[in-house]
Amino acid sequence: MTKKLLLGVEAIGQGAIDGGISGVYAYPGTPSTEITEYIQGNEVAIERNLHREWSANEKTAFESALGMSYAGKRSLVCMKHVGLNVAADPFMNSAMTGINGGLIIAVADDPSMHSSQNEQDSRFYGKFAMIPVLEPSNQQEAYDMTRTGFELSEQLGTPVLLRITTRLAHSRAGVIPVEKGLPENKLKLPSDPLQFILLPAFARKRYQTLLDKQVKFELASEVSPFNSYTDGEDHSMGIICCGIALNYLLENYPDGCPYPILKIVQYPLSSKMIGYLEEQVDKLLVIEEGYPIVEEQLKGFFGYGKPVSGKLDGTLPRTGELNPDIVAQALKLPTQHGEAIPGLVANRPPVLCKGCGHHDLFRALDEVIADYGDGHVFSDIGCYTLGVLPPYHSGNTCVDMGSSVTMAKGAADAGLFPAIAVIGDSTFTHSGITGLLDAVYEKSNILIMIGDNESTSMTGGQNSSALGRIESLCLGAGVHPQHIHVIEALPKNHGELVDLIRHEIQYHGVSVIIPRRECIQKSARRISENKRQMAAECLKINS
Amino acid sequence: MKCDIVLAGVGGQGILSIAAVLGIAALQNNLFLKQAETHGMSQRGGAVQSYLRLSDRPVYSDLIPYGKADLILSVEPMESLRYLPFLAPHGYVVTNTTPYLNILNYPEYGLILETIRQLPHSVAIDAEAIARQIGHVKVSNMVMLGAASPFINLALETIEQGIREIFDRKGDDMVILNLRALKAGREFALSNK
Repeated sequence: MTKKLLLGVEAIGQGAIDGGISGVYAYPGTPSTEITEYIQGNEVAIERNLHREWSANEKTAFESALGMSYAGKRSLVCMKHVGLNVAADPFMNSAMTGINGGLIIAVADDPSMHSSQNEQDSRFYGKFAMIPVLEPSNQQEAYDMTRTGFELSEQLGTPVLLRITTRLAHSRAGVIPVEKGLPENKLKLPSDPLQFILLPAFARKRYQTLLDKQVKFELASEVSPFNSYTDGEDHSMGIICCGIALNYLLENYPDGCPYPILKIVQYPLSSKMIGYLEEQVDKLLVIEEGYPIVEEQLKGFFGYGKPVSGKLDGTLPRTGELNPDIVAQALKLPTQHGEAIPGLVANRPPVLCKGCGHHDLFRALDEVIADYGDGHVFSDIGCYTLGVLPPYHSGNTCVDMGSSVTMAKGAADAGLFPAIAVIGDSTFTHSGITGLLDAVYEKSNILIMIGDNESTSMTGGQNSSALGRIESLCLGAGVHPQHIHVIEALPKNHGELVDLIRHEIQYHGVSVIIPRRECIQKSARRISENKRQMAAECLKINS
Repeated sequence: MKCDIVLAGVGGQGILSIAAVLGIAALQNNLFLKQAETHGMSQRGGAVQSYLRLSDRPVYSDLIPYGKADLILSVEPMESLRYLPFLAPHGYVVTNTTPYLNILNYPEYGLILETIRQLPHSVAIDAEAIARQIGHVKVSNMVMLGAASPFINLALETIEQGIREIFDRKGDDMVILNLRALKAGREFALSNK
């Protein structure tokens, strides 16, 4: 089979197709988005008509994937790290139910917070739920471990968490896929009719089953072809490398590492493998990307045992992603820097695109809010978060998906006036609707601005599940029809938008203003795609 | 053989098309490669970079270590300077001279060009002007790739083959236009390095 040039996320998508999935479920989120997009564009996936539509949020995605597993088929659910917080409820409980068809949860962490609000490490979730975690070290492994991960899931009767970080997600390398992927599973109900019923009496049994499985999970790590021990001539130190960290170590030793290396890409940790390494060496160094989860497990609470270094003792930095230089410094190897960045180079933070409809929203909002002073705008997760930066400085909070609506409500409950939420259409669909229900029920004195660009733009312009139905959702949630306004987000409507905001701030209750205009990036892509299709049609007609 | 390249620019300038051409070219030469890119937030007009690593031995790290890049290829002049800590002493900076003005505190243009000129090895090229002469400003990224090509250990024919594969979807005219852009950039660099 020929080598394919694939991003880590694309390798996961290909691995899932070749692993025989019947569907992928996901909500877009950097750096995980392209797993699903790859499957959406894949010929085999289209031919088999695998499920590949976006879900409203990570929780709905997860539950649908679990439903597909219940029905005996293999499914993949994908999200960014903070998305797993949203899906934590079904995630934790899926460990209790176990699976019927193989289930992989692919979660992409973002250390260094390139495009995220924290750098939480999903491996903790895996340990919390007590399920196996896979952490491939490169693109080929991302492919292989996904492809074989469904079988592992079915053998062990458990969902499997596949954890990657930004640099593997968004780095390309040659990947050799198998000649022929697996077919889909047939529809088959669980053999135990009580397996998925977590009523307390049944759930207690399921919990015991989960605990009993732990030995098997550890054994699976021990015999995994992906975990490995490589000896070295210098036993003064042993190195434990998790996932992508291995690459940074080998980068520093292109002709071979002098120390024994234990490569860990499948968890739970095999105590036999760790014990073997520990016997061989005088001290241990743990190199892992994210939180020091392995290091914490190895470091003796009472200080017994051989010394363990890593992030907790400052050998490696506690924050941010790893790189070859950080690892070189931990190994006391020389590093070289090129010239320093000249002082005149200015920062270039991301900005709203020229011509984006959010400009119109913020220009109007800023004008009105000037009368009330700073501190009244609750923003959310999306392109419009950039409104907090110059020139608008519009937005005092940005915490998690949907929090604009509920934080504005809480602040209004506390007496803040006005309390204004700014949220996008996709984020509103994801997690704003439930907050709106609370606000309507309590007649909270808030104004919600839904910047509707008919797109999930920060992640590349995916459709939200509520595309074209935002105002009817608000109406259905019980917002008074006189206080729902849709206005085209255009400079010529500036005066009208300013007046609307002024007017609705004065209304005591829930108001919704929806400045709407399609994302300009999305329009541009659609226009060029249309042109391309028309040209292709013309060619067909002419030939 | 190894060649570590930092591709630099501003989100939306399309540096990934350059990476894609080189990726295909490297794969055809049976080289090992890794290419890390920036997705997400910074694609909205922020500083973006891609690390492209080609080698005849396995490439481990997706990121280039400091002081090891053989080339900085930037489609924007100020951005070419942001990655100097990555450049090896022998490394070249090949940059477009047209500034991308989306920040209020963009430094004085003359100072930027002067700083680039004072680097030990640099090529500054007005890729837009050359692209316009050829026929379309859209091909300026291939002008940039052409200007960088003398410093990349790949045969010109393989890079041309990469262009054919990447732009095939857009029709023969686009392939020819981009090949001409590559050639024009290369000629400029060879006579101005």
